[in-house]
Amino acid sequence: MRRAVRPEVGALVAAAVIFVFFLAVAPAFRSADAFVTVLYQSSTIGIVAVAVGMLMIGGEFDLSAGVIVTSAGLVNSMFCWYFGINLWVGAILSLVFCLAVGFLNGYLVMRTGIPSFLITLGTFFVLQGANLGVTKLVTGSVSSTDVSRIDGYDSLGAIFASSFEIGSVVVWGTVVWWILFVAVASWILRRTRGGNWIYAVGGAADSARAVGVPVVRTKIGLFLAVSFLGWFVGMHNLYRFNTLQAGGGVGNEFLYIIAAVVGGTLLTGGFGNAAGVAIGAFIFGMTSLGIVYAGWDPNWFRAFLGVMLLLAVLVNLYVRKLATREARA
Amino acid sequence: MTRRVLAAGAAAILLLGACSGGGREEPEADAATGYTIAFITHETPGDTFWDKVRSGAQQAAADQKVDLKYSNDPDAGRQAVLIQQAVDSKVQGIATTLVTPDALAGSVKAATAAGIPVVGLNAGIDQYKRLGALMYFGSDETVAGTSLGERIAAAGAKHPLCVIHQTGSVALEARCAGVKSAVPGTENLQVNGADDAAVTSTLQAKLAQDKTIDYVVTLGAPIALDAIKAGGTAKLVTFDLNQETAQLIKDGKIEFAIDQQPYVQGYLAVTSLYLYLKNGNDIGGGRPVLTGPSFVDQSNIDTILPYTQKNTR
Repeated sequence: MRRAVRPEVGALVAAAVIFVFFLAVAPAFRSADAFVTVLYQSSTIGIVAVAVGMLMIGGEFDLSAGVIVTSAGLVNSMFCWYFGINLWVGAILSLVFCLAVGFLNGYLVMRTGIPSFLITLGTFFVLQGANLGVTKLVTGSVSSTDVSRIDGYDSLGAIFASSFEIGSVVVWGTVVWWILFVAVASWILRRTRGGNWIYAVGGAADSARAVGVPVVRTKIGLFLAVSFLGWFVGMHNLYRFNTLQAGGGVGNEFLYIIAAVVGGTLLTGGFGNAAGVAIGAFIFGMTSLGIVYAGWDPNWFRAFLGVMLLLAVLVNLYVRKLATREARA
Repeated sequence: MTRRVLAAGAAAILLLGACSGGGREEPEADAATGYTIAFITHETPGDTFWDKVRSGAQQAAADQKVDLKYSNDPDAGRQAVLIQQAVDSKVQGIATTLVTPDALAGSVKAATAAGIPVVGLNAGIDQYKRLGALMYFGSDETVAGTSLGERIAAAGAKHPLCVIHQTGSVALEARCAGVKSAVPGTENLQVNGADDAAVTSTLQAKLAQDKTIDYVVTLGAPIALDAIKAGGTAKLVTFDLNQETAQLIKDGKIEFAIDQQPYVQGYLAVTSLYLYLKNGNDIGGGRPVLTGPSFVDQSNIDTILPYTQKNTR
């Protein structure tokens, strides 16, 4: 049944239509440079969205995913600047911090039974406030200090924020990382026992528990994955832009969810795949920049995004009905 | 057990061996007594600009031994409540931004009715008198935009791109309108100021779409940094300053910045209330006191650069 109606089919058709559409209306869209810029934009949203999509397949939300990206960069930069320590130490500390937040999210959701929407909404506000408060305390300003003069900058920059040339176009490393993360997520979901567990806990947690699926471990693992990829993008932002504003990242949690939903992930869990989420992020990148390439007023972008989301939800609904009908037949 | 000892040892070596330059400098402490002054703004938390306004107000409070009650809310209705709260708690003076004059008028009138002097800052240059505020400190956004426009027009600008990083901000729209009044070919672009990567790629897309753009005008210092990452051949000018943009002006990567001196706005608002309470002074003599537009370019950057490093400019 899962093979009969693939979640990413609707998104793939939409992506193709939007791609052809912008090729037709925006001359500037027709260059290799434009394409890699779109890929870059998609990758910075898409990397976190992959994990958010998996988490949603597992039946949970993470509203703190947008600000944790900023928290990750801030922890790294401020710790190292304050103590005068190599950036590698801060990067590892930041990873530990992010994973701890992810674990806390997962643990609280599983332990209390409170919906993840509420738990992570709490985490979202705590992180947002702490980002501002701690940054002001440490640096005396609400933006982090420039990290480019601290040791370790070059090697970390090479990992998280490097770019390379193919012919005449400059491709950012995040695009490669994005493809890699999507491939790994896809492999986990389709080929491993963990993947089956994720579908099971999202579809019907109680039945899954009854047949011996470790529900708690699986869900906490998914929250950890979101934190890990949030950390990764946070590292990219820090090492590409050198300083971060403490108020950044707010609102991106919705973009991740939109990418996942547009990519065919069901909000109720149990259905979706990694390729679909990647296509969802690509659609986001294409529309956000396509409007600019076409020379239209980007004030309309959010309205466009909302329409896309509604359409995706309708397609999802249709797909689900189709799936249940086929299952009964 | 051995593994744990090894791990701890490794961590210690890593920490010791990893000490590097580029760290902080030691801060100083201060104290306050005297008048109580409420300082109320429409700051959106986390904006470097507002951080400087607040630093200025706090420095003035420290210098004048004033007890400063800072509060902020970007929502007009809630800002009005904050002003009302200050009136209720019987402060000796109120400094407030007047960004939404109609929403705040009631609270400001309540303050003046209660005999509490009010000064306006940052926004509300045309309305502060009508509301009953005594003095005003700030810059006129339209004047600032026009001065920027005139300067780049003189340098040959034909098609500048004005980058708005906050949806629906009246002040930012006014700046761009000012630029457009001096250079009719000005085009506005909306970007998501909360996401540096998105700002950069949106600008990249715009510059690729329209090769005739000769100037990029950013309306906040962090956005100027993103604009540099977007590349392109257009010249860059910006509103507001921070440490990094000041350095880039020195390096010639940014042509100039328009500074409305937020630190001064905060400092003067508090100091003017102090002088009014202590000495009956009326700064500006019934007219608004302009804190900008002040141009920062290669001719004066050497003086200003050290101040940006202290977060006072």
